[in-house]
Amino acid sequence: MDHKNFSDPVTEADLHALVDQQLDPARQAVVASFLAANPEQAGLVADWRAQNEMLRAHLDAALDEPAPARFSARAAPGRHPWRAAAALAAVAVASASSAWVVRGEVAGRELMLAQANATGRQPPGAHLAGFAHRAAVAHAVYSPDARRPVEVGADEERQLVTWLSKRLGTPLRVPSLGGVGYVLLGGRLLPGERGPVAQFMYHDPAGRRLTLYVTRELARKPAQRETAFRVGVEGPVSVFYWVDGDFGYAVSGGIDRTALLRVAQEIYRQLDRT
Amino acid sequence: MRAKDEAEIVACIPQLRRYARGLSGDGALADDLVQDTLERAWSKFSMWQRRGNVRAWMFGILHNLFVDHLRSVKSRPEDNAGDALPDVSDRARQVDQLEMRDLDYHLQRLPPDLREVLLLVGVEELSYQTVAGVLGVPVGTVMSRLSRARQRLRLELSGQAAVTRIVRVK
Repeated sequence: MDHKNFSDPVTEADLHALVDQQLDPARQAVVASFLAANPEQAGLVADWRAQNEMLRAHLDAALDEPAPARFSARAAPGRHPWRAAAALAAVAVASASSAWVVRGEVAGRELMLAQANATGRQPPGAHLAGFAHRAAVAHAVYSPDARRPVEVGADEERQLVTWLSKRLGTPLRVPSLGGVGYVLLGGRLLPGERGPVAQFMYHDPAGRRLTLYVTRELARKPAQRETAFRVGVEGPVSVFYWVDGDFGYAVSGGIDRTALLRVAQEIYRQLDRT
Repeated sequence: MRAKDEAEIVACIPQLRRYARGLSGDGALADDLVQDTLERAWSKFSMWQRRGNVRAWMFGILHNLFVDHLRSVKSRPEDNAGDALPDVSDRARQVDQLEMRDLDYHLQRLPPDLREVLLLVGVEELSYQTVAGVLGVPVGTVMSRLSRARQRLRLELSGQAAVTRIVRVK
């Protein structure tokens, strides 16, 4: 668009090029003075500019979304189509053949609750036991979902809490994690081992997601009413989990352990104040 | 492939996703398009003679895949079932949800060839010449499509009040 002479009449192409900043400065000045004398054309230009701005405002959200893990995988010749590969990845997380566990402090109590709860029911090789394992799998399944990561969004938080409280049969509270840099994305109901469990999903400004898994399927005996934090790893997902009264909590995320611990401590602190 | 080339391809991902989102109006379909674009880019990179820049080349790949997609949808319309479901992940992010949904609605009503030009110029800020290369058409065609796209969107948006909004029942 820079071939125009100073004296050429202003065309519609000039107006577009002005909006799209594709005019050289000399021509830009010519078009600007043309617009000053032609309010109708100036209105058109203003509308087109507004279109660009609206479109950018609408679509820029896509720039910050976490990229699905499949994007980073380089295609090797003869590789499966990505859909099959994604399904395989999910299965690999579920079978967890390479998982390992770091035991946290158990604070002097014999609380192998999570493990005991699942004895004999885990697939071979799944070292992350019981509800913590299920929480990690649920995290791996739902958190990469760009389109429908949650069933009910944070914009309907009250309905979400009411609904999940009803289904779990006890009033639930959703920790607010703004202090550690995460906001609620929403939540969903999931099948646990014997009944319903709740999953809340949070994300940070960079789009990293973590999930809080809440189950009531645990303690029946008074001796097993509390545990300290434990940490485990399931594939790329780290999990902090603990038991408090009737509740089992697991916080899962692909972020580093220190950051995740901070989140877990914050959740514990907030829920402990009831 | 050199690490630098790889980095250049990876650096295109956010823009490719934004473009694909605008093209398809659907997050899942958009990410499928981007994924297929990346796979094609990885496998064809060595054959590509570096005519022009990586970004324009990748937009060109995505364009070709999008055209293929439109063709396949045309022959199998039942694949569209369920695509009208709302995009939940966007909910928390978008304050002016209804307004945005309207914009997306109008954008998706534009013919695909006009939508492509409008997005490549207005959002991706490619030069007219580059857009012509990406789409494989003369610059004059880019300009006429841009003109029609802007005119149509303007009409659509000004007639917005007449469009019945879908009321969510819950």
